[in-house]
Parts: sequence; structure tokens; C-alpha cells
Amino acid sequence: MIPGEFQYFAPTTVDEAVSLLQQHGEDAKLLGGGHSLLPAMKLRLTTPAVLIDVTKISDIKGVSVNGSVTVGGGATYHAVASNDAVRSACGVLADCVAQIGDTQVRNRGTIGGSLAHADPAADLPAVALALGATITAQGPGGARTINADDMFVEMLTTALEPNEIITSVSFPRLGAGAGAAYEKMRQPASRYAIVGVAAYVKLGSDGNVAEARVAVTGAGPKATRQDATEAAITGTNGDDAAIAAATDKAGEDMDYLGDIHASEEYRRAMVKVYTKRALAKAIAQARG
Amino acid sequence: MSTISVTVNGRTYQSDVEPRTLLVHYLREQLNLTGTHIGCDTSQCGACVVHINGQSVKSCTVLAVQADGAEITTIEGLAQNGQLHPLQEGFWEKHGLQCGYCTPGMIMSAYDLLQQNPNPTEDEIRHGLEGNLCRCTGYQNIVKAVQYAADKMNGSGNSPGE
Repeated sequence: MIPGEFQYFAPTTVDEAVSLLQQHGEDAKLLGGGHSLLPAMKLRLTTPAVLIDVTKISDIKGVSVNGSVTVGGGATYHAVASNDAVRSACGVLADCVAQIGDTQVRNRGTIGGSLAHADPAADLPAVALALGATITAQGPGGARTINADDMFVEMLTTALEPNEIITSVSFPRLGAGAGAAYEKMRQPASRYAIVGVAAYVKLGSDGNVAEARVAVTGAGPKATRQDATEAAITGTNGDDAAIAAATDKAGEDMDYLGDIHASEEYRRAMVKVYTKRALAKAIAQARG
Repeated sequence: MSTISVTVNGRTYQSDVEPRTLLVHYLREQLNLTGTHIGCDTSQCGACVVHINGQSVKSCTVLAVQADGAEITTIEGLAQNGQLHPLQEGFWEKHGLQCGYCTPGMIMSAYDLLQQNPNPTEDEIRHGLEGNLCRCTGYQNIVKAVQYAADKMNGSGNSPGE
């Protein structure tokens, strides 16, 4: 299978990429790792007239750990998963990206690409939501930040403008009293999430859950926060009964998608199973 | 047409390619390096795995223009001076292939794995080869072949005779 014809540009700076986006408008697509875009182009599901390859922009490939974990939009999953500083500051992020696809996918796929594509079964959006990540995007008017909560609008659609590029994503450092986990039922061939649940908890000085964020991916058209579960676990002591009660509320108020791999009903059931696992693991980690 | 310069198995090529030319088609059809296979063509089976700058990639899902300036290694680049690479030898000795279609990709993925983890456990080998499908062997002998290569590359010399 061969993609349709297109013009190819490989800018080396973000400014150059943004001005190419402005110039070519809706005809252009950004090419990162290409493992979602190129297969779609080979099937002629999409036929962009212009590809702007952002993999030659070295400024957006960095991974740094200071007060927070800042990952360039062009950093590969492999670069994040194999970074020891990321693993110790925000283990759930390294765990999550290490589960994406296979070695070859992780060698190409990028953090910005995953978030911008917003595949309903992508792993990273759930972790971005649960951790309250901040996405920095640059457009013709300069840079702006987008909270993960505002990022995922609907299936394959984000808050990014067509002429913006994700330059970096900031994740919190998980300090003492905080824990986070990503638990996933993977489709065995593609390794996309049939259901993936990310949970973050922060304990108060009394040892109770002071703050919780839970997000589900894979089950519906977009990654979704689980408000009722978060409210139910917050203020509790986080024991098995509290986790079970919070888990009961998971996946009740969201849209589902069924496919040949799993029905809507099955995904609804699995959201609860994986929410329970993710919450239990996050709470155990927070307790140290 | 775009002009690219790539080094493949140590030899540098200047080539004109259409931007939409996939790396695997460039390797097979322009450079006649047909050891890299096309299996599923949907980035799942791993028959087309080659290395770009030392990292394994599925060459059916990379554009040839993206490899401009890169160093590429294909299955043809592993044997040195007529000596099979330990991985190639392992697949031979341990019967790691039947039809052989997946073998070049298997070996290139295993090569990436052994560079990062010279002494992998059986689980780590299976995990490292997740991106490669074999429809003949049931994988058992592929795992043994990689273990053989790891032992040989580590100089233990235990595996060949078992």
C-alpha cells in the first residue's frame, strides 16, 4: 500500500513548522512518529496534500526533570520510558509509555503525536488527564498552555488549532504522599487499550485521600475523567471498602464504543475492574 | 522527487525518491536489498524491521525521505566477512525458522533487544519480540535462537552444545 502524493517539508525549528502550517492550512498535516498517520494514508483514509515532518526539530525532543517532568512534544515513547529520572519522578508516565505498542512503535511514536491525534484507544490521554498535565502549544500568535482537562474534545479531536504544534507537555513530579498507576487491558495484537484506567491520589496529613483523579481510555470515543469515582474516594481512608464503593461509580456516566474486540457492555464491566486495580495501586504507592 | 543521502550497511547512496516512497520499498526496489520483507504492511507483523541510527523500526511505516542522512542496517548488513552473525547462526542452529518469511525482521528486532539487554531472560526475549509475528514456529525455537546468540555474544560458549 502506498500513500497518495504529497509535498514533504522537514523544518528544523518550531517557527518554521508553524509558518508552513499557516501557509498550507487545512491541506497540511504534521508528521511525528507516523504510526497513526502513515497507516491511515496508506489506506487512503486521509490524503493530506502536504506533510510537515516535525521529527527534525531538535528543540522539541528534550526530556527534563526539575520541579516537574517536562517532555518535548517530539520526544519518543522510548526516550521517556528509558529515562531513569522520569521513572523516579513520575513512574506512572514511564510505565504507561512502556506499554504502548511494541519496541518499534515506541522508537518512533511521540508524546505530542499521541495527544494531538487523540485516538480513543491511546494510553497517554488517560495518564495526562489523571495527572493534570499541561500541554504547551505554539501557533502563529505564540505559545499557550492547554490543561489536559480541556484537551480532548471528541473522538480524534482536540483543543489544538489547525496551525498549532505541541512543543512540550508538563507532568507533575509525584512526591511523598502521592501515587499514580495506569492499568490496562490491551488488545493482544495492536496493544491499544481495550480499557485503560489511570488513577492519581494524594493523601492528606491525616492519611486520608485528599485528592483523586481517575481517567478512562479505550472504552469510549475519548479519554474521560471519572468525576463520581473521584468524589467517592476523596475523603475516605482508601481501604478496600472505599475503593470498592468508588469503583462502583466508575464508567456509569460516559459514552461507550464497541468493536470486534469487545462490546460496549464488556468494556463497561472492565472499566470497573481496571479502575479498582488502578486505584488500589495508586493508593498503595501513595502510602509508600 | 526529493534527493536523499543514506548509508545502508556501511555504503552511502544518493537517491531520488518520491516523498511517498516507503523506506521498505526504497530498500527493496531501489537498492535491491530484498532481505527486508513486507508482511502485513500495517506496522504489526515486523517482517520489515530495519535499524535507523541503531534503533529498530518498521520500515513499512517510515518514509524514505525521513531517513535522509541516517545510517540504516538491514539483515544484509549483519554478516561480516562471510561469517554469520551469532543471531543468524542461532536461528540456523536452533531451527528458529520454518518458512523464513518473518526471520529477517525477527533477527533485526532481536539485535535491537540484545544491544539494550545483552543477557535477557526468556520473558524479556518474548517481550522484546512483541512486534514480530511468526506463523510457523510457535516462537519456542526463536526464543532459543536468541538465547543462543546472547550466550555466544557474551562469550559463555555454553549454548551451542547444551
